[in-house]
Amino acid sequence: MAEREQIKKSAPARTEETGVEEVPTSNKKGEELKAELDDLLDEIDEVLEENAEEFVRSYVQKGGQ
Amino acid sequence: MAIVKVLGMETEFGIIIRGSADPNPIAASSTLINAYVAELSRRVAWDFEDESPGRDARGFAREGSMPPEVETHLVNAVLTNGARYYVDHAHPEYSTPECSNVYEVIRYDKAGELILADSIQAASRALPPGQSLVVLKNNSDGKGNSYGTHENYLMDRSVPFSRIVSHVMPHFVSRQIFTGAGKVGSEAPSTGRDPIEFQITQRADFFEEEVGLETTLKRPIVNTRDEPHCDAHKYRRLHVIVGDANMSEVANFLKMGTTALVLSMIEDDWFARANRDFSMQSPVAAMRRVSYDLSLSEPLEMADGRTMTALEMQWEHLDLAKKYSEVVGLDAVGGEDIGQDILRRWEQTLGALESDPMSLAQQLDWVAKYRLIGAYRDRHGLSWQDHKLAAMDLQYHDINPARSLFARLGMERMLDSDEVRRSVSEPPETTRAYFRGKCLQRWASAIAAANWDSVVFDLGGDPLRRVPMMEPLRGTRAHVEELLGSVSSPAELLERLGS
Repeated sequence: MAEREQIKKSAPARTEETGVEEVPTSNKKGEELKAELDDLLDEIDEVLEENAEEFVRSYVQKGGQ
Repeated sequence: MAIVKVLGMETEFGIIIRGSADPNPIAASSTLINAYVAELSRRVAWDFEDESPGRDARGFAREGSMPPEVETHLVNAVLTNGARYYVDHAHPEYSTPECSNVYEVIRYDKAGELILADSIQAASRALPPGQSLVVLKNNSDGKGNSYGTHENYLMDRSVPFSRIVSHVMPHFVSRQIFTGAGKVGSEAPSTGRDPIEFQITQRADFFEEEVGLETTLKRPIVNTRDEPHCDAHKYRRLHVIVGDANMSEVANFLKMGTTALVLSMIEDDWFARANRDFSMQSPVAAMRRVSYDLSLSEPLEMADGRTMTALEMQWEHLDLAKKYSEVVGLDAVGGEDIGQDILRRWEQTLGALESDPMSLAQQLDWVAKYRLIGAYRDRHGLSWQDHKLAAMDLQYHDINPARSLFARLGMERMLDSDEVRRSVSEPPETTRAYFRGKCLQRWASAIAAANWDSVVFDLGGDPLRRVPMMEPLRGTRAHVEELLGSVSSPAELLERLGS
């Protein structure tokens, strides 16, 4: 049995090599995103299923691949 | 050299009728699609002559395994964008036309969402008052029933299937960290661990085998359906059933782009040439372990005794792909520009997953869903078993833009909205789908049937005339635009083609 070896994360080194930005291309900052999420949560009940239990119960999908 | 990865996607959508005592999904699917095609000028039937879904890529005929059904009596239409839109089992299914690069295939997948949304509107005029259709682009009903989103990749027939299996399986297991569409809870039998509150993918709960022909039970990670829909001596169509339906354009781009690249590397035997092998001890169990591990730190046992996390496996795959791009090039995935886009996005995503997965809330479906549902749960002090959260999980995938939670999240776009809308009716220009779509636009009434590899004309009186299209990259705009422009009737077209 071969000796177990934990491969080290090599990401930071690789990133330095190429100089590629790690941050996703989104230019929105964390706080801005959080504010947007708060706004969304304020209004989301208007679009959510009124009877969540009934909707979840009735959603049955047989015969799929 | 790896051949150009012609790409396609097939999506089975979830569907229910609200306000009906008999929510028959087959009837609902038929109503939906009939309403759409009734609004098009004329429906063209699909031709089943060349369908053989029971053929097995490993070279033996099926024996004791259930052949997938082909239901010829259900609604089935070919659209002018080259796609197929039909009732499959109890679901509406949309298959994109053949596409020649990743941007194109995710554009036609997104166009499919518009087609379904248009269908819902058309159907609402046909349904009795008080009834409406809900259509979801997801892969699970939350009760142990799954339905698929399948990917298709054109491959060179000369590549041994066993090599494809060995090297694509570790990618299928580990890519889940960015392809997953997220799911509240688990539908797998008891895991012997704490209840799963939220997991990365919709589909991981449903895979029980490593390799096989089935698609509806005992689903395999690598599906062996061998039905190329083109010249079977030259090509294989790898039929991938292991992925999630993506709402996010970025996740869809990564799913199709990285897999096309890995398959090109396999065709060029790049893993062996680089002396790399990521074969795993238990890939089936690893599917779920990766999906259940939101910390992305689960160590997975490799066949050679090492352990790696899915994230580490993906870094290694990226590393190999970069070297491949330098030595072999990126022609197989749409050329240098598109190939570099795939590599760049792949690297950015792995970097962000490593430093802070939540920073990808505008890029990846599972992160967006987890963040939204998690925040709602915190605000209202709900348990993970609350029906409200299960309903939100479903509603994230709603095709109706007025109800879709995904649509409210302002996720990053990679596609141009106008081009997506155009792709509802216009075919891709760089594959045989162009010929199919353009013929349907001009001469639908003279076309008796169409399928992936032929168009059948009925000119009245004469026998039906079949135009074969056995080469996916022939019949493109560059090949046939001039010809189509120079003829004024299908009879003239057939004469010029010598059919």
